Amino acid sequence: MKVAKDLVAASATPMVLGILAEGESYGYAILRRINELSEGELDWTEGLLYPLLHRLERLGHAESSWQSVAGERKRKYYRITDKGLAELAEQRRQWDTVVDALKEIWHDRVPLTVHPLEGLA
Amino acid sequence: MTAQDGQKELEEQFAQWRQYVLRRKELQPLDADELEDHLRGSVDELAAAGLSPDEAFLVAVKRMGNLDELSREFAREHSERLWKQLVLTADADSPVGETRSRRDLWAMAICVAGAVASVKVPALFGLSFEDDSSVYERNFALFALPWLAAFLVWRRQARRPVIAILVALFALGAVAANIYPLAATSQSVVLTSIHLPIALWLVVGLAYVADDWRSTRRRMDFIRFTGEWFIYFVLMALGGGVLSAFLYNIFDAIGIVPEVFISQWLLPCGAAGAVVVAGWLVEAKQSVVENIAPVLTRLFTPLFTAALLAFLVAVVWTSHGIDVEREALILFNLLLVVVLGLLLYSLSARDPLAPPGPFDKLQLALVVSALAIDVLVLLEITGRITDEYGSTPNRAAALGENVILLVNLAWSAWLLLTFIRRRTPFAALERWQTGYLPVYAAWAWIVVLVFPPLFNYV
Repeated sequence: MKVAKDLVAASATPMVLGILAEGESYGYAILRRINELSEGELDWTEGLLYPLLHRLERLGHAESSWQSVAGERKRKYYRITDKGLAELAEQRRQWDTVVDALKEIWHDRVPLTVHPLEGLA
Repeated sequence: MTAQDGQKELEEQFAQWRQYVLRRKELQPLDADELEDHLRGSVDELAAAGLSPDEAFLVAVKRMGNLDELSREFAREHSERLWKQLVLTADADSPVGETRSRRDLWAMAICVAGAVASVKVPALFGLSFEDDSSVYERNFALFALPWLAAFLVWRRQARRPVIAILVALFALGAVAANIYPLAATSQSVVLTSIHLPIALWLVVGLAYVADDWRSTRRRMDFIRFTGEWFIYFVLMALGGGVLSAFLYNIFDAIGIVPEVFISQWLLPCGAAGAVVVAGWLVEAKQSVVENIAPVLTRLFTPLFTAALLAFLVAVVWTSHGIDVEREALILFNLLLVVVLGLLLYSLSARDPLAPPGPFDKLQLALVVSALAIDVLVLLEITGRITDEYGSTPNRAAALGENVILLVNLAWSAWLLLTFIRRRTPFAALERWQTGYLPVYAAWAWIVVLVFPPLFNYV
C-alpha cells in the first residue's frame, strides 16, 4: 500500500518540521528518517523535499547553514526556529482535529469490506 | 580496476552530473551543491550495501528521479529565477565575469560623470540656458555622445589609430557646430541640431565596431545596439519625467518651486547621463532579456502595411491629390524612416539561412506601398519646386534625405523580391543595409558642414 500523493503533500510540512524539532538535520538524513518512520510507505521525492525546505527557510520556519563534512564536501544543515516551532504546534493542533474526527467516525465500525448499499438494506 | 581508479571515475561522473543539473536555470549552484550531497549520501549507502561505485552511482541517480520533474518543483518555489534579473554585477557566478562587470560599472560611472559635467561646461563661460539656448541646441549631442564613445572604446580596447580618428571626428563636430555665424532663429541652427546628432551617432558606431569596422556582422550588431539603446533611453526618459513631476509637485506643496533645478540641472544632466547609462545597459544585459526592437517590428509591420495600403486605396478612390504643405515632406520622410526601421529591425533578428516566408512578403508589401506613396509625394513637389519659397536649407535637406531613403528602400525592395523568388541570398539584403550606413553619415556631415555657407548662413 502506498499513501496517496495528495496526502503525502498535505502532511509534508508537519512531518519535516517535526523531524527538525528533534534536532538539526540535512536533506538526505530527513528523507531516510521519513522512510524509517513510515516503513517505506510514504513516497517522498527530492522534488518534494528540497523546495519544501527552501520554502520553510523563506518563511522563517527554519534556518540553514553550510557545514563542511569529510574534506571538501559541504552540506546544508537545517534548524527549526521559534517561529517554526509555533507553526508546528499549530499544524499539530489541526492534524489532531482531523485525526480525532476520523477516529470518531470510524469508532467501533467494522472496516468497509461490504458494499455500502447492501449494508443499509 | 583498482579502488582508486573507481573513485576517480566516480568523481568524473559527479562532475558530469553537476554540469547537467546546472544547465537548468531553475537550479542554481547552491541547489546543485545540496543535491550533490544528497546523491553522495545515497551512493555511500549503496556502496556500503556492497554495490560497486559504478552501480551505486547509477542506482542513486535513478532514485533521484526525473530531473524535469525536480526542476519543475524547484521552479514552483523559486519562480523569480525564471525571470532573468539584471544585477549590477551580471554573471556573478564566474570570478572573471564579476571583476569584468565591476570594472565596466566603474568605467560607466566615470563616463556618466563626464557627460553630466559636460552639460555644465558652457555655463562656466557665462552661457545660460535662457539667453543662449541656440548654443545648447547645436551642441547637445557633443555633451553626451563622446562619453558614450569613450565607454565603448574602453570596452573594446580600441587601438590608437581608431581613438585618434574618433577624437578628430568629435572635434570636427564641435567646430562645425560653433564656427559659423548663425542667427539663433536661422534654419541652419535647426538643421545642425538635427543632423549633428546623426553624424555623431555614426561616430559612436565607429567606436562600437572599432575592432572590425568592415564586417557586415559587426555593423548589424551596431544597428541592434542602436535599437536597444533607443528603447532603454525612452524608458529612462519616462522614468525621469515621472521623477521631475513628483519633485516639482511635492516641493511646490511646501512653497519651494524647484523649476530652475529641474529645467537646468535635472533634465539636461539626466539626459546626458542616460545616454551613457543606456549604452552600458545594452552592453551589460545582452542575454538578460530578448531583444525588444525585433519584437516591436513583428507587431507593427502588419499594422503599418495595412495603414499604408488603406491610404493608397483612399488616394486612388477619392482621386484627391496629396496636399503638400511645407511640413509634408518632413512627414513623409519620417514615414520612410519608420518603414526603414521596421525593415532593419526585422532583418536584424532574422536567421539569415531561413528560407523566404510569408513575413518577407509582408515586408515587401510594406516597402513597396511606402515607395508608392513617396513617389506620389515627390510628383506633387516637383510641380512646386519653383514656388515663392525658392530653395531653402530646410527644403534642400528634406529633399536630399527623401532621395537617400528612396534609393535605399527601392533597392531593398528589389533585393527582397529576388530573395523571395530565391534568386539572391538573404545576406545580400543585409550587406546592402549595413553598407549604406556611411551614406547617412556622409549626408549628415554635408548638412552640418556645407549647408550653412552654401545658403549664406540663413
